[in-house]
Amino acid sequence: MTPPVDLAVVGAGPAGLAAAVRAAGLGLSVALLDAGERPGGQFHRYPAPGLRAARPEALHHGWRHFARRLRQLETGGVTYLPRHHVWTVARGDGCWLLHAVVGPDETPATVRARAVLLATGAYERQLPFPGWTLPGVVGAGGAQAMLKSGLVLPGRRVVVAGSGPLLLAVAASLAAAGARVPAVVEAADYRAYGRSLPAVLRTPAKLAEGARYGGGLLRRSTRLLTRHAVTAAHGTARVEAVTVTRLDDHWRPVPGTGRRVPCDALAVGHGLVPQLDLAVGLGCATRRTADDTHALVVDADQATTVPGIWAAGESCGIGGADLALTEGEIAADAVARTLHDVPADPRRHAALTRRRTRLRAFADAMAAAHRPGPGWADWLDDATEVCRCEEVTAGRVREAVAGYGAHDTRTVKLLTRAGMGWCQGRMCGQAVARLAGGEGAAAVESRPLSCPVPLRPLAQLPPEAEEFRA
Amino acid sequence: MSQTPLGLVRAAPAAPYTFTFDGRILTALPGQTLAAALWAAGIMSWRTTRGGGAPRGVFCGIGVCHDCLATVNGRPNQRACLVAVQPGDVVTVQEGTGHDATR
Repeated sequence: MTPPVDLAVVGAGPAGLAAAVRAAGLGLSVALLDAGERPGGQFHRYPAPGLRAARPEALHHGWRHFARRLRQLETGGVTYLPRHHVWTVARGDGCWLLHAVVGPDETPATVRARAVLLATGAYERQLPFPGWTLPGVVGAGGAQAMLKSGLVLPGRRVVVAGSGPLLLAVAASLAAAGARVPAVVEAADYRAYGRSLPAVLRTPAKLAEGARYGGGLLRRSTRLLTRHAVTAAHGTARVEAVTVTRLDDHWRPVPGTGRRVPCDALAVGHGLVPQLDLAVGLGCATRRTADDTHALVVDADQATTVPGIWAAGESCGIGGADLALTEGEIAADAVARTLHDVPADPRRHAALTRRRTRLRAFADAMAAAHRPGPGWADWLDDATEVCRCEEVTAGRVREAVAGYGAHDTRTVKLLTRAGMGWCQGRMCGQAVARLAGGEGAAAVESRPLSCPVPLRPLAQLPPEAEEFRA
Repeated sequence: MSQTPLGLVRAAPAAPYTFTFDGRILTALPGQTLAAALWAAGIMSWRTTRGGGAPRGVFCGIGVCHDCLATVNGRPNQRACLVAVQPGDVVTVQEGTGHDATR
Protein backbone atom coordinates (compact mmCIF):
# COMPACT_ATOMS: atom_id res chain seq x y z
CA MET A 1 0.00 0.00 0.00
CA THR A 2 1.31 3.48 -0.82
CA PRO A 3 2.09 5.64 2.21
CA PRO A 4 -0.57 8.18 3.20
CA VAL A 5 -0.26 11.72 1.87
CA ASP A 6 0.54 14.40 4.42
CA LEU A 7 -2.64 16.36 3.75
CA ALA A 8 -5.90 15.54 2.01
CA VAL A 9 -7.97 18.61 1.15
CA VAL A 10 -11.67 18.08 0.48
CA GLY A 11 -13.09 20.72 -1.87
CA ALA A 12 -11.33 22.70 -4.60
CA GLY A 13 -13.15 25.99 -4.08
CA PRO A 14 -11.30 29.14 -2.98
CA ALA A 15 -10.37 27.79 0.49
CA GLY A 16 -9.34 24.29 -0.57
CA LEU A 17 -7.43 25.40 -3.63
CA ALA A 18 -5.50 28.06 -1.69
CA ALA A 19 -4.71 25.58 1.08
CA ALA A 20 -3.60 22.78 -1.25
CA VAL A 21 -1.31 25.01 -3.29
CA ARG A 22 0.15 26.65 -0.21
CA ALA A 23 0.71 23.34 1.61
CA ALA A 24 2.44 21.82 -1.43
CA GLY A 25 4.63 24.93 -1.60
CA LEU A 26 5.68 24.26 1.99
CA GLY A 27 6.85 20.76 1.07
CA LEU A 28 3.83 18.66 2.08
CA SER A 29 2.50 15.86 -0.10
CA VAL A 30 -1.07 16.94 -0.87
CA ALA A 31 -4.14 15.30 -2.42
CA LEU A 32 -6.98 17.63 -3.43
CA LEU A 33 -10.31 15.82 -3.80
CA ASP A 34 -13.24 17.60 -5.40
CA ALA A 35 -16.68 16.53 -6.59
CA GLY A 36 -16.62 18.89 -9.57
CA GLU A 37 -15.27 18.49 -13.08
CA ARG A 38 -12.97 21.50 -12.77
CA PRO A 39 -11.36 23.29 -9.80
CA GLY A 40 -12.85 26.52 -8.47
CA GLY A 41 -15.86 25.29 -6.52
CA GLN A 42 -19.16 27.12 -6.81
CA PHE A 43 -17.56 30.56 -6.64
CA HIS A 44 -15.16 30.07 -9.53
CA ARG A 45 -17.32 27.91 -11.74
CA TYR A 46 -16.23 28.55 -15.28
CA PRO A 47 -17.23 27.34 -18.73
CA ALA A 48 -16.08 23.95 -20.01
CA PRO A 49 -13.05 24.19 -22.30
CA GLY A 50 -15.23 23.25 -25.31
CA LEU A 51 -17.15 26.52 -24.92
CA ARG A 52 -13.90 28.38 -25.59
CA ALA A 53 -14.66 31.47 -23.53
CA ALA A 54 -12.06 34.14 -24.24
CA ARG A 55 -13.18 36.31 -21.32
CA PRO A 56 -14.44 34.04 -18.49
CA GLU A 57 -13.46 36.81 -16.07
CA ALA A 58 -16.50 38.81 -17.25
CA LEU A 59 -18.56 36.67 -14.83
CA HIS A 60 -16.04 36.59 -11.98
CA HIS A 61 -14.31 38.48 -9.22
CA GLY A 62 -10.69 37.79 -8.37
CA TRP A 63 -10.12 35.88 -11.60
CA ARG A 64 -6.43 36.83 -11.78
CA HIS A 65 -5.62 35.29 -8.39
CA PHE A 66 -7.67 32.23 -9.27
CA ALA A 67 -5.84 31.79 -12.59
CA ARG A 68 -2.52 32.01 -10.75
CA ARG A 69 -3.57 29.28 -8.34
CA LEU A 70 -4.76 27.11 -11.22
CA ARG A 71 -1.29 27.34 -12.75
CA GLN A 72 0.24 26.45 -9.39
CA LEU A 73 -2.12 23.50 -9.15
CA GLU A 74 -0.81 22.23 -12.48
CA THR A 75 2.84 22.70 -11.64
CA GLY A 76 3.03 22.64 -7.86
CA GLY A 77 2.99 18.96 -6.93
CA VAL A 78 -0.63 18.69 -5.77
CA THR A 79 -2.36 15.41 -6.64
CA TYR A 80 -5.62 16.85 -7.94
CA LEU A 81 -8.52 14.37 -7.98
CA PRO A 82 -11.59 15.84 -9.73
CA ARG A 83 -14.99 14.06 -9.81
CA HIS A 84 -14.16 12.54 -6.41
CA HIS A 85 -17.16 12.94 -4.15
CA VAL A 86 -15.98 12.13 -0.63
CA TRP A 87 -18.89 10.53 1.17
CA THR A 88 -17.21 9.87 4.50
CA VAL A 89 -13.93 10.32 6.36
CA ALA A 90 -13.06 7.48 8.71
CA ARG A 91 -10.26 6.68 11.15
CA GLY A 92 -7.84 4.13 9.73
CA ASP A 93 -4.73 2.57 11.19
CA GLY A 94 -2.64 5.64 12.03
CA CYS A 95 -4.18 7.77 9.29
CA TRP A 96 -7.47 9.09 7.95
CA LEU A 97 -9.38 7.28 5.22
CA LEU A 98 -11.29 9.40 2.75
CA HIS A 99 -13.84 7.28 0.91
CA ALA A 100 -15.08 8.68 -2.38
CA VAL A 101 -17.23 7.72 -5.31
CA VAL A 102 -15.68 8.77 -8.60
CA GLY A 103 -17.37 10.06 -11.73
CA PRO A 104 -20.74 9.19 -13.22
CA ASP A 105 -20.02 5.47 -12.83
CA GLU A 106 -19.57 5.96 -9.08
CA THR A 107 -16.37 3.90 -8.87
CA PRO A 108 -15.15 3.59 -5.28
CA ALA A 109 -11.81 5.15 -4.29
CA THR A 110 -10.03 5.67 -0.96
CA VAL A 111 -7.32 8.22 -0.14
CA ARG A 112 -5.22 7.87 3.01
CA ALA A 113 -3.88 10.97 4.73
CA ARG A 114 -2.10 12.05 7.90
CA ALA A 115 -4.15 15.24 8.14
CA VAL A 116 -7.43 16.38 6.58
CA LEU A 117 -8.58 19.87 5.65
CA LEU A 118 -12.31 20.17 5.08
CA ALA A 119 -13.16 22.95 2.62
CA THR A 120 -16.59 21.68 1.73
CA GLY A 121 -18.24 25.06 1.14
CA ALA A 122 -21.92 25.75 1.32
CA TYR A 123 -25.22 25.42 -0.46
CA GLU A 124 -28.11 27.84 -0.70
CA ARG A 125 -30.72 28.26 1.99
CA GLN A 126 -34.26 28.05 0.66
CA LEU A 127 -37.46 29.17 2.32
CA PRO A 128 -40.57 27.77 0.62
CA PHE A 129 -43.52 29.81 -0.66
CA PRO A 130 -46.58 28.88 -2.73
CA GLY A 131 -45.44 28.04 -6.26
CA TRP A 132 -41.75 27.56 -5.47
CA THR A 133 -41.78 24.11 -7.12
CA LEU A 134 -42.80 25.53 -10.52
CA PRO A 135 -40.26 25.09 -13.32
CA GLY A 136 -38.49 28.41 -13.83
CA VAL A 137 -38.18 29.02 -10.09
CA VAL A 138 -34.49 28.37 -9.45
CA GLY A 139 -31.98 29.05 -6.73
CA ALA A 140 -30.27 32.43 -7.05
CA GLY A 141 -26.92 30.72 -6.64
CA GLY A 142 -28.15 28.01 -9.00
CA ALA A 143 -28.95 30.52 -11.73
CA GLN A 144 -25.49 32.00 -11.21
CA ALA A 145 -23.85 28.56 -11.40
CA MET A 146 -25.73 27.62 -14.58
CA LEU A 147 -24.72 30.92 -16.16
CA LYS A 148 -21.06 30.71 -15.14
CA SER A 149 -20.56 27.12 -16.29
CA GLY A 150 -23.11 26.58 -19.07
CA LEU A 151 -23.55 30.14 -20.38
CA VAL A 152 -27.34 29.92 -20.17
CA LEU A 153 -30.13 31.95 -18.57
CA PRO A 154 -33.28 30.62 -16.88
CA GLY A 155 -35.47 33.13 -18.73
CA ARG A 156 -35.60 36.51 -20.38
CA ARG A 157 -37.26 38.39 -17.58
CA VAL A 158 -35.90 37.20 -14.26
CA VAL A 159 -36.96 38.45 -10.83
CA VAL A 160 -34.20 38.00 -8.21
CA ALA A 161 -35.47 37.55 -4.64
CA GLY A 162 -34.67 36.35 -1.13
CA SER A 163 -32.05 37.78 1.15
CA GLY A 164 -28.32 38.24 1.38
CA PRO A 165 -25.43 39.92 -0.42
CA LEU A 166 -25.41 37.23 -3.13
CA LEU A 167 -28.63 38.59 -4.65
CA LEU A 168 -27.04 41.76 -6.02
CA ALA A 169 -24.18 39.80 -7.55
CA VAL A 170 -26.61 37.35 -9.17
CA ALA A 171 -28.81 40.14 -10.52
CA ALA A 172 -25.78 41.95 -11.92
CA SER A 173 -24.52 38.80 -13.67
CA LEU A 174 -27.91 37.92 -15.14
CA ALA A 175 -28.38 41.48 -16.40
CA ALA A 176 -24.87 41.64 -17.85
CA ALA A 177 -25.58 38.39 -19.72
CA GLY A 178 -28.69 39.88 -21.33
CA ALA A 179 -31.59 39.05 -19.00
CA ARG A 180 -34.05 41.73 -17.97
CA VAL A 181 -34.16 41.92 -14.20
CA PRO A 182 -37.29 43.93 -13.32
CA ALA A 183 -36.70 43.73 -9.58
CA VAL A 184 -34.33 42.59 -6.85
CA VAL A 185 -36.55 41.75 -3.89
CA GLU A 186 -34.63 41.73 -0.59
CA ALA A 187 -36.41 40.72 2.62
CA ALA A 188 -33.95 42.44 4.95
CA ASP A 189 -33.33 46.13 5.35
CA TYR A 190 -29.91 47.29 4.19
CA ARG A 191 -30.07 49.92 6.92
CA ALA A 192 -29.45 47.04 9.34
CA TYR A 193 -25.81 47.17 8.19
CA GLY A 194 -25.62 50.46 10.09
CA ARG A 195 -25.80 48.57 13.38
CA SER A 196 -22.36 47.16 12.63
CA LEU A 197 -20.92 50.26 11.06
CA PRO A 198 -17.30 49.85 12.21
CA ALA A 199 -17.05 46.34 10.72
CA VAL A 200 -18.61 47.50 7.48
CA LEU A 201 -16.40 50.57 7.18
CA ARG A 202 -13.24 48.54 7.71
CA THR A 203 -13.91 46.61 4.50
CA PRO A 204 -14.04 49.30 1.81
CA ALA A 205 -13.46 46.75 -0.97
CA LYS A 206 -16.69 45.00 -0.08
CA LEU A 207 -18.60 48.28 -0.03
CA ALA A 208 -17.21 49.18 -3.43
CA GLU A 209 -18.27 45.80 -4.75
CA GLY A 210 -21.83 46.35 -3.51
CA ALA A 211 -21.93 49.85 -4.94
CA ARG A 212 -20.71 48.60 -8.31
CA TYR A 213 -23.47 45.98 -8.49
CA GLY A 214 -26.07 48.46 -7.33
CA GLY A 215 -24.95 51.16 -9.77
CA GLY A 216 -24.90 48.77 -12.71
CA LEU A 217 -28.38 47.55 -11.90
CA LEU A 218 -29.80 51.05 -11.56
CA ARG A 219 -28.48 51.88 -15.02
CA ARG A 220 -30.37 48.85 -16.27
CA SER A 221 -33.60 50.06 -14.61
CA THR A 222 -33.79 47.27 -12.03
CA ARG A 223 -35.90 48.15 -9.01
CA LEU A 224 -34.35 47.32 -5.66
CA LEU A 225 -37.10 46.58 -3.14
CA THR A 226 -35.94 46.02 0.43
CA ARG A 227 -38.25 44.65 3.16
CA HIS A 228 -40.19 42.85 0.45
CA ALA A 229 -40.47 39.19 -0.47
CA VAL A 230 -41.81 37.04 -3.26
CA THR A 231 -44.67 35.39 -1.39
CA ALA A 232 -46.06 33.37 -4.33
CA ALA A 233 -45.11 32.25 -7.82
CA HIS A 234 -47.84 31.76 -10.41
CA GLY A 235 -48.11 29.66 -13.55
CA THR A 236 -48.97 26.18 -14.74
CA ALA A 237 -46.17 24.61 -16.78
CA ARG A 238 -43.69 27.26 -15.65
CA VAL A 239 -43.62 30.48 -13.69
CA GLU A 240 -45.43 33.37 -15.38
CA ALA A 241 -45.55 35.94 -12.58
CA VAL A 242 -44.71 36.40 -8.91
CA THR A 243 -46.47 38.21 -6.09
CA VAL A 244 -44.20 40.68 -4.31
CA THR A 245 -45.35 41.66 -0.83
CA ARG A 246 -44.10 44.14 1.74
CA LEU A 247 -42.79 42.65 5.00
CA ASP A 248 -42.89 43.97 8.55
CA ASP A 249 -39.89 43.90 10.89
CA HIS A 250 -40.40 40.20 11.54
CA TRP A 251 -40.75 39.28 7.85
CA ARG A 252 -44.52 38.88 8.20
CA PRO A 253 -46.26 39.79 4.93
CA VAL A 254 -48.23 43.04 5.29
CA PRO A 255 -51.80 42.26 4.16
CA GLY A 256 -53.00 44.13 1.09
CA THR A 257 -49.54 45.07 -0.19
CA GLY A 258 -49.06 42.23 -2.68
CA ARG A 259 -48.63 43.06 -6.36
CA ARG A 260 -48.01 40.89 -9.36
CA VAL A 261 -44.80 41.16 -11.34
CA PRO A 262 -44.74 39.30 -14.67
CA CYS A 263 -41.60 37.24 -15.31
CA ASP A 264 -40.59 33.96 -16.90
CA ALA A 265 -38.09 32.99 -14.21
CA LEU A 266 -37.42 33.65 -10.53
CA ALA A 267 -33.96 33.31 -8.98
CA VAL A 268 -34.41 33.00 -5.22
CA GLY A 269 -32.25 32.26 -2.19
CA HIS A 270 -31.87 33.25 1.46
CA GLY A 271 -28.15 33.13 2.06
CA LEU A 272 -25.92 30.11 2.31
CA VAL A 273 -25.73 27.09 4.61
CA PRO A 274 -22.36 25.57 5.48
CA GLN A 275 -21.95 22.03 4.19
CA LEU A 276 -20.95 20.07 7.31
CA ASP A 277 -21.76 16.42 6.70
CA LEU A 278 -18.19 15.10 6.71
CA ALA A 279 -17.22 17.19 9.74
CA VAL A 280 -20.31 16.28 11.76
CA GLY A 281 -19.72 12.63 10.90
CA LEU A 282 -16.26 12.96 12.44
CA GLY A 283 -17.64 14.56 15.59
CA CYS A 284 -16.38 18.13 14.98
CA ALA A 285 -18.13 20.65 17.21
CA THR A 286 -20.40 23.26 15.60
CA ARG A 287 -21.65 26.69 16.61
CA ARG A 288 -24.82 28.61 15.80
CA THR A 289 -24.19 31.56 13.46
CA ALA A 290 -25.73 35.02 13.47
CA ASP A 291 -28.01 34.11 10.56
CA ASP A 292 -29.32 30.89 12.12
CA THR A 293 -27.20 28.27 10.47
CA HIS A 294 -24.50 26.07 11.97
CA ALA A 295 -20.78 26.35 11.25
CA LEU A 296 -17.70 24.52 12.48
CA VAL A 297 -15.88 25.59 15.61
CA VAL A 298 -12.24 26.26 14.68
CA ASP A 299 -9.32 27.71 16.64
CA ALA A 300 -6.82 30.37 15.56
CA ASP A 301 -5.06 27.76 13.38
CA GLN A 302 -8.32 26.68 11.67
CA ALA A 303 -8.14 23.37 13.56
CA THR A 304 -11.51 21.79 14.36
CA THR A 305 -12.22 20.22 17.74
CA VAL A 306 -11.12 16.83 16.33
CA PRO A 307 -7.30 16.59 16.35
CA GLY A 308 -5.94 16.08 12.82
CA ILE A 309 -8.94 17.67 11.11
CA TRP A 310 -8.69 21.28 9.92
CA ALA A 311 -11.35 23.37 8.16
CA ALA A 312 -11.43 26.54 6.09
CA GLY A 313 -13.90 28.61 4.11
CA GLU A 314 -17.69 28.64 4.23
CA SER A 315 -17.91 25.54 6.45
CA CYS A 316 -16.45 27.70 9.25
CA GLY A 317 -19.15 30.35 8.72
CA ILE A 318 -20.28 32.07 5.53
CA GLY A 319 -17.84 34.84 4.71
CA GLY A 320 -17.10 34.91 0.99
CA ALA A 321 -14.16 33.98 -1.19
CA ASP A 322 -11.60 36.42 0.24
CA LEU A 323 -12.11 35.10 3.76
CA ALA A 324 -12.04 31.52 2.45
CA LEU A 325 -8.67 32.12 0.76
CA THR A 326 -7.26 33.63 3.93
CA GLU A 327 -8.48 30.77 6.10
CA GLY A 328 -7.13 28.22 3.62
CA GLU A 329 -3.66 29.74 3.77
CA ILE A 330 -3.69 29.94 7.57
CA ALA A 331 -4.77 26.29 7.77
CA ALA A 332 -2.07 25.15 5.33
CA ASP A 333 0.61 26.94 7.36
CA ALA A 334 -0.70 25.34 10.56
CA VAL A 335 -0.74 21.83 9.09
CA ALA A 336 2.83 22.28 7.81
CA ARG A 337 3.93 23.45 11.25
CA THR A 338 2.19 20.52 12.95
CA LEU A 339 3.39 17.74 10.62
CA HIS A 340 6.79 18.98 9.45
CA ASP A 341 7.77 21.65 11.98
CA VAL A 342 7.80 24.23 9.17
CA PRO A 343 8.25 27.47 11.11
CA ALA A 344 5.64 30.18 10.59
CA ASP A 345 6.70 33.45 9.01
CA PRO A 346 5.58 35.79 11.80
CA ARG A 347 4.86 38.81 9.58
CA ARG A 348 2.89 36.78 7.09
CA HIS A 349 1.00 35.06 9.88
CA ALA A 350 0.12 38.39 11.52
CA ALA A 351 -1.10 39.84 8.22
CA LEU A 352 -3.28 36.80 7.46
CA THR A 353 -4.73 36.83 10.96
CA ARG A 354 -5.58 40.54 10.79
CA ARG A 355 -7.24 40.02 7.45
CA ARG A 356 -9.28 37.11 8.77
CA THR A 357 -10.46 39.14 11.77
CA ARG A 358 -11.54 42.06 9.57
CA LEU A 359 -13.37 39.91 6.98
CA ARG A 360 -15.00 37.76 9.66
CA ALA A 361 -16.38 40.87 11.39
CA PHE A 362 -17.85 42.04 8.09
CA ALA A 363 -19.35 38.59 7.43
CA ASP A 364 -20.92 38.51 10.89
CA ALA A 365 -22.47 41.95 10.27
CA MET A 366 -23.96 40.67 7.00
CA ALA A 367 -25.22 37.51 8.63
CA ALA A 368 -26.99 39.44 11.39
CA ALA A 369 -28.60 41.82 8.90
CA HIS A 370 -29.93 39.02 6.69
CA ARG A 371 -31.06 36.61 9.40
CA PRO A 372 -34.55 35.43 8.39
CA GLY A 373 -37.28 36.95 10.55
CA PRO A 374 -39.63 34.48 12.22
CA GLY A 375 -42.70 35.73 10.31
CA TRP A 376 -41.83 34.27 6.94
CA ALA A 377 -43.77 31.09 7.69
CA ASP A 378 -46.93 33.22 7.40
CA TRP A 379 -46.61 33.19 3.61
CA LEU A 380 -46.97 29.39 3.53
CA ASP A 381 -50.52 28.22 2.90
CA ASP A 382 -51.37 24.64 3.89
CA ALA A 383 -51.16 23.44 0.27
CA THR A 384 -47.58 24.67 -0.21
CA GLU A 385 -45.14 21.82 -0.62
CA VAL A 386 -42.39 22.21 1.97
CA CYS A 387 -40.41 19.06 1.18
CA ARG A 388 -39.83 19.08 -2.57
CA CYS A 389 -38.52 15.50 -2.73
CA GLU A 390 -41.29 13.76 -0.85
CA GLU A 391 -44.01 16.28 -1.79
CA VAL A 392 -44.99 16.98 1.81
CA THR A 393 -47.19 20.05 2.27
CA ALA A 394 -47.06 22.66 5.02
CA GLY A 395 -50.51 21.44 6.05
CA ARG A 396 -49.24 17.95 6.74
CA VAL A 397 -46.26 19.26 8.70
CA ARG A 398 -48.58 21.52 10.73
CA GLU A 399 -50.86 18.55 11.38
CA ALA A 400 -47.88 16.52 12.63
CA VAL A 401 -46.99 19.38 14.97
CA ALA A 402 -50.47 20.33 16.21
CA GLY A 403 -52.12 16.89 16.02
CA TYR A 404 -49.32 14.55 16.97
CA GLY A 405 -47.03 16.71 19.08
CA ALA A 406 -43.98 16.69 16.80
CA HIS A 407 -41.65 19.49 17.92
CA ASP A 408 -38.46 18.82 16.00
CA THR A 409 -37.45 18.01 12.45
CA ARG A 410 -36.70 14.40 13.27
CA THR A 411 -40.17 13.63 14.58
CA VAL A 412 -41.79 15.53 11.72
CA LYS A 413 -39.69 13.47 9.33
CA LEU A 414 -40.78 10.19 10.91
CA LEU A 415 -44.44 11.20 10.73
CA THR A 416 -44.53 12.82 7.29
CA ARG A 417 -41.37 11.83 5.36
CA ALA A 418 -40.39 15.53 5.10
CA GLY A 419 -36.60 15.54 4.71
CA MET A 420 -36.38 11.84 3.87
CA GLY A 421 -35.88 12.16 0.10
CA TRP A 422 -32.98 12.59 -2.29
CA CYS A 423 -31.74 15.89 -0.84
CA GLN A 424 -31.88 14.59 2.75
CA GLY A 425 -33.54 17.72 4.08
CA ARG A 426 -31.05 20.20 2.66
CA MET A 427 -33.82 22.15 0.91
CA CYS A 428 -36.61 21.88 3.51
CA GLY A 429 -34.68 21.63 6.81
CA GLN A 430 -35.01 25.30 7.76
CA ALA A 431 -38.70 25.37 6.91
CA VAL A 432 -39.57 22.20 8.78
CA ALA A 433 -37.64 23.42 11.83
CA ARG A 434 -39.61 26.67 11.78
CA LEU A 435 -42.98 24.94 11.37
CA ALA A 436 -42.08 22.52 14.16
CA GLY A 437 -41.97 25.50 16.47
CA GLY A 438 -38.28 26.34 16.51
CA GLU A 439 -37.25 29.97 16.32
CA GLY A 440 -34.71 29.48 13.59
CA ALA A 441 -31.92 27.08 12.85
CA ALA A 442 -32.60 23.51 12.00
CA ALA A 443 -30.78 21.13 14.33
CA VAL A 444 -27.41 20.00 13.01
CA GLU A 445 -28.30 17.05 10.81
CA SER A 446 -26.08 14.03 11.00
CA ARG A 447 -25.83 12.41 7.55
CA PRO A 448 -23.42 9.46 7.68
CA LEU A 449 -23.22 9.48 3.86
CA SER A 450 -22.64 12.95 2.46
CA CYS A 451 -24.06 11.97 -0.95
CA PRO A 452 -25.99 9.03 -2.40
CA VAL A 453 -23.66 6.01 -2.52
CA PRO A 454 -24.44 2.78 -4.37
CA LEU A 455 -24.37 -0.39 -2.28
CA ARG A 456 -21.40 -1.86 -4.17
CA PRO A 457 -18.77 0.61 -2.86
CA LEU A 458 -20.11 0.09 0.66
CA ALA A 459 -19.78 -3.68 0.29
CA GLN A 460 -16.28 -3.32 -1.16
CA LEU A 461 -14.84 -1.24 1.67
CA PRO A 462 -11.43 -2.47 2.83
CA PRO A 463 -11.37 -4.26 6.19
CA GLU A 464 -9.73 -1.29 7.95
CA ALA A 465 -12.99 0.60 7.50
CA GLU A 466 -14.92 -2.14 9.26
CA GLU A 467 -17.01 0.31 11.30
CA PHE A 468 -18.94 1.28 8.18
CA ARG A 469 -19.98 -2.25 7.47
CA ALA A 470 -21.39 -2.88 10.89
CA MET B 1 -28.60 43.65 -30.32
CA SER B 2 -28.92 42.70 -26.69
CA GLN B 3 -26.16 40.86 -24.83
CA THR B 4 -26.04 37.07 -24.55
CA PRO B 5 -24.09 34.89 -22.10
CA LEU B 6 -21.87 33.62 -24.92
CA GLY B 7 -21.24 37.18 -26.11
CA LEU B 8 -20.41 38.38 -22.60
CA VAL B 9 -17.49 35.98 -22.21
CA ARG B 10 -16.62 36.09 -25.93
CA ALA B 11 -17.16 32.38 -26.36
CA ALA B 12 -16.36 30.76 -29.69
CA PRO B 13 -17.57 27.22 -28.98
CA ALA B 14 -16.44 24.18 -30.90
CA ALA B 15 -19.07 22.69 -33.22
CA PRO B 16 -22.36 21.80 -31.48
CA TYR B 17 -23.59 18.24 -31.46
CA THR B 18 -26.99 16.64 -31.27
CA PHE B 19 -28.83 14.58 -28.71
CA THR B 20 -32.48 13.65 -28.39
CA PHE B 21 -34.94 14.67 -25.70
CA ASP B 22 -38.15 12.62 -25.78
CA GLY B 23 -37.51 12.06 -29.48
CA ARG B 24 -36.86 15.73 -30.28
CA ILE B 25 -33.47 16.46 -31.79
CA LEU B 26 -31.66 19.17 -29.81
CA THR B 27 -28.15 20.59 -29.95
CA ALA B 28 -25.63 21.06 -27.15
CA LEU B 29 -22.43 23.01 -27.08
CA PRO B 30 -19.38 20.93 -26.14
CA GLY B 31 -19.00 20.69 -22.38
CA GLN B 32 -22.48 21.97 -21.52
CA THR B 33 -24.37 20.04 -18.89
CA LEU B 34 -27.64 18.43 -19.87
CA ALA B 35 -29.51 21.06 -17.87
CA ALA B 36 -27.71 23.91 -19.66
CA ALA B 37 -28.47 22.40 -23.08
CA LEU B 38 -32.15 22.00 -22.17
CA TRP B 39 -32.36 25.58 -20.83
CA ALA B 40 -30.76 26.81 -24.05
CA ALA B 41 -33.61 25.08 -25.92
CA GLY B 42 -36.15 26.78 -23.63
CA ILE B 43 -37.01 23.54 -21.83
CA MET B 44 -37.39 24.05 -18.07
CA SER B 45 -38.74 20.68 -16.88
CA TRP B 46 -37.79 17.05 -17.59
CA ARG B 47 -39.11 15.09 -14.65
CA THR B 48 -42.50 14.44 -13.09
CA THR B 49 -42.81 13.75 -9.38
CA ARG B 50 -43.70 10.37 -7.91
CA GLY B 51 -46.74 11.61 -6.01
CA GLY B 52 -48.41 14.49 -7.81
CA GLY B 53 -46.86 13.98 -11.25
CA ALA B 54 -45.77 17.64 -11.16
CA PRO B 55 -43.14 18.92 -13.60
CA ARG B 56 -39.66 19.68 -12.24
CA GLY B 57 -36.34 20.87 -13.61
CA VAL B 58 -33.28 22.61 -12.20
CA PHE B 59 -33.69 24.11 -8.77
CA CYS B 60 -30.41 24.33 -6.84
CA GLY B 61 -28.20 24.08 -9.94
CA ILE B 62 -25.26 22.58 -8.01
CA GLY B 63 -26.18 18.93 -7.51
CA VAL B 64 -27.68 19.19 -4.02
CA CYS B 65 -31.47 19.16 -4.47
CA HIS B 66 -31.83 16.27 -6.96
CA ASP B 67 -34.85 17.99 -8.54
CA CYS B 68 -33.35 17.90 -12.06
CA LEU B 69 -33.19 14.11 -12.38
CA ALA B 70 -33.47 12.80 -15.93
CA THR B 71 -33.20 9.46 -17.65
CA VAL B 72 -30.10 9.39 -19.85
CA ASN B 73 -29.53 6.45 -22.21
CA GLY B 74 -32.00 4.42 -20.19
CA ARG B 75 -30.34 5.13 -16.85
CA PRO B 76 -32.67 7.06 -14.53
CA ASN B 77 -31.82 9.51 -11.72
CA GLN B 78 -29.03 11.39 -13.48
CA ARG B 79 -28.60 14.92 -12.16
CA ALA B 80 -28.94 17.04 -15.31
CA CYS B 81 -27.12 19.96 -13.67
CA LEU B 82 -23.99 17.80 -13.28
CA VAL B 83 -23.81 15.42 -16.24
CA ALA B 84 -22.29 16.69 -19.47
CA VAL B 85 -24.23 15.94 -22.65
CA GLN B 86 -22.48 13.46 -24.94
CA PRO B 87 -23.10 13.37 -28.69
CA GLY B 88 -26.02 11.08 -29.48
CA ASP B 89 -27.33 10.88 -25.90
CA VAL B 90 -30.92 9.70 -25.65
CA VAL B 91 -32.63 11.69 -22.90
CA THR B 92 -36.18 11.09 -21.73
CA VAL B 93 -38.46 12.72 -19.21
CA GLN B 94 -38.16 10.80 -15.96
CA GLU B 95 -41.56 9.83 -14.63
CA GLY B 96 -41.73 9.10 -10.92
CA THR B 97 -38.85 6.94 -9.75
CA GLY B 98 -37.75 6.44 -13.36
CA HIS B 99 -37.78 2.69 -12.85
CA ASP B 100 -41.38 1.98 -13.92
CA ALA B 101 -40.59 2.25 -17.64
CA THR B 102 -37.62 -0.08 -17.44
CA ARG B 103 -39.40 -2.94 -15.70
